[in-house]
Amino acid sequence: MNNTSPSSPEGAVKNTIIDIMKKLPSTLTNMALVLTLISVVAASALAYVNEITKEPIRANEERTLSEGINSVLGGGNANVLHVDTIEDTTPAIIYSTDQGKAVQAIDANGFGGPITVLVGFADDGSIKGYTVLKHAETPGLGAKVGQWFQAGAKGNIIGMKPGEKPLSVTKDDGQVDAITASTITSRAFLRAVNAAYDAFAQSPTSDNVNDAAQQQEPASAPADSTNC
Amino acid sequence: MAYILIFFSAIFVNNIVLSQFLGICPFLGVSKKIDTALGMSAAVAFVLTIATIVTYLIQKLLEAYDLVYLQTIAFILVIAALVQMVEIVLKKVSPSLYQALGVFLPLITTNCCILGVAILVAQGTYNSQGLEPNLISGVVYAVSTAIGFGLALTLFAGIREQLEMMDIPAGVKGTPVALIVAGLLAMAFMGFSGVDNGLARVFGI
Amino acid sequence: MNYLKILLNGIIKENPTFVLLLGMCPTLGTTSSAINGMSMGLATMAVLIFSNLIISLIKSLVPDMVRIPCYIVVIASLVTLLQMIMQAYTPEVYASLGLFIPLIVVNCIILGRAEAFAAKRGPVESIFDGIGIGLGFTIALTLLGAIRELLGTGRIFGLELYSENYGMLLFVLAPGAFIALGYLIAVVKKVAKI
Repeated sequence: MNNTSPSSPEGAVKNTIIDIMKKLPSTLTNMALVLTLISVVAASALAYVNEITKEPIRANEERTLSEGINSVLGGGNANVLHVDTIEDTTPAIIYSTDQGKAVQAIDANGFGGPITVLVGFADDGSIKGYTVLKHAETPGLGAKVGQWFQAGAKGNIIGMKPGEKPLSVTKDDGQVDAITASTITSRAFLRAVNAAYDAFAQSPTSDNVNDAAQQQEPASAPADSTNC
Repeated sequence: MAYILIFFSAIFVNNIVLSQFLGICPFLGVSKKIDTALGMSAAVAFVLTIATIVTYLIQKLLEAYDLVYLQTIAFILVIAALVQMVEIVLKKVSPSLYQALGVFLPLITTNCCILGVAILVAQGTYNSQGLEPNLISGVVYAVSTAIGFGLALTLFAGIREQLEMMDIPAGVKGTPVALIVAGLLAMAFMGFSGVDNGLARVFGI
Repeated sequence: MNYLKILLNGIIKENPTFVLLLGMCPTLGTTSSAINGMSMGLATMAVLIFSNLIISLIKSLVPDMVRIPCYIVVIASLVTLLQMIMQAYTPEVYASLGLFIPLIVVNCIILGRAEAFAAKRGPVESIFDGIGIGLGFTIALTLLGAIRELLGTGRIFGLELYSENYGMLLFVLAPGAFIALGYLIAVVKKVAKI
């Protein structure tokens, strides 16, 4: 009401009626009050739900990671013993478990952006399994990267040893069949796998060192070292 | 050098409208004339750049106080306030620019490419071509995205101006034919895919 | 009251996608498969129902000059709530929709219905309007997603109808989204005579 300056008494009456029937008038106090009130209610509701959902969200992330590690290491129930990060040209994360090592590596030059992979290695350096954690490849083409290189599929890389010869596509005289019509994706994926292997090979904690570092690891340690 | 890659890839390869599907409303809504399309593009470029910088700083603030869950609400309010502020400042400082851009400014708050790019840059999930996501590469990305938006919008407006004179089957007149033309334009832009990888090789990145 | 009429109004007469042409970004961006389109539609519907309800309840408390900021705060809070809940309980869906979940805030449908309907009507009617418009949006997105998935990969909801080798990949990619929606709108307009 304070903002409207009615020229006729009729207008004033009309405004008053509308105000009373419909809305709070747009005075500065009212506006500030209502906005503050709504913001406070909204913020507290968000804070409350954030508290509730924090735990499930964290659990989800953990579960996704541990499921990934389990699947690339052959489906068993792997316990992560310790986590190393290698800051080479691209960062790699090595999860050392009682069932072998899973390495997370990234290649920046996929077709649609970076490709992040998690590769499981056996002690002899052969690939036990892989999963693609994150990619932005073309659906129907490069997005097949999650299945194409699995065991039994056309581009099977399981069991190969990047240590003997870095993986590359047949087009580049390599040993792996590229995804049909997605050579760029395939190259980026294999680069990421090779990077993962490099990190695996560099990792300071081979199993023996691992045991030395983790002296409270009694039963499984000798069994592991005989595997080598 | 990677900045050049961000630049080309945001404009041509991953065009915000034609391959990311952000900012479709103005793309379909204000693309009947080239003049208005240019005005809208300029207004978006202006707001997008400022909004990216401001929201990036706010994100750092939110992270510092562990309030990241307020991200969406904070960003949209900041963008709305920013648009208002730009409008007021422009009116005072440069009436001619205001006259050119003024009508588009209120529409920009609900343009999802502003909020979308702000969130991408704040989270560091845009395609930074191997660079560390930071304010500089974020701003380069935002500016390039805005140019890409302007390019798509202006090209589309040019085609639609021609389309006005065509004899179009009654069934697809209006929006349907505009969408189909947009599809063809998107197809043309698909021809750029992979160019960023080629450029990376040329520049030796 | 004519709740059924409000419901049908949202699904047919004022269908947000086919008639009002609102919310085009998620319509094109998330419909590479039927299930993605449906998830996006349902997520938007959830926000729409609650934003309509809350706004119709607080409408007389809000001074006219700050009504838009107030509505935006309400909508943005609801979207953030949805975001957190989806992240916690349906992480796969959240991951597949990505950026488009926070972008529900700037979906013109939500603010549009707040202004055009919820700010003038009672809470129950507003809920029905939210359900109607939300269903209209969901149906449109599911339909578009199903068409694109079928033409592109030979599947609907992941169920294989013919071999993927005969699919027109274009329809899963960006250009196909525009083209499929263009023809879909033309057909719907013809059939529904709107």
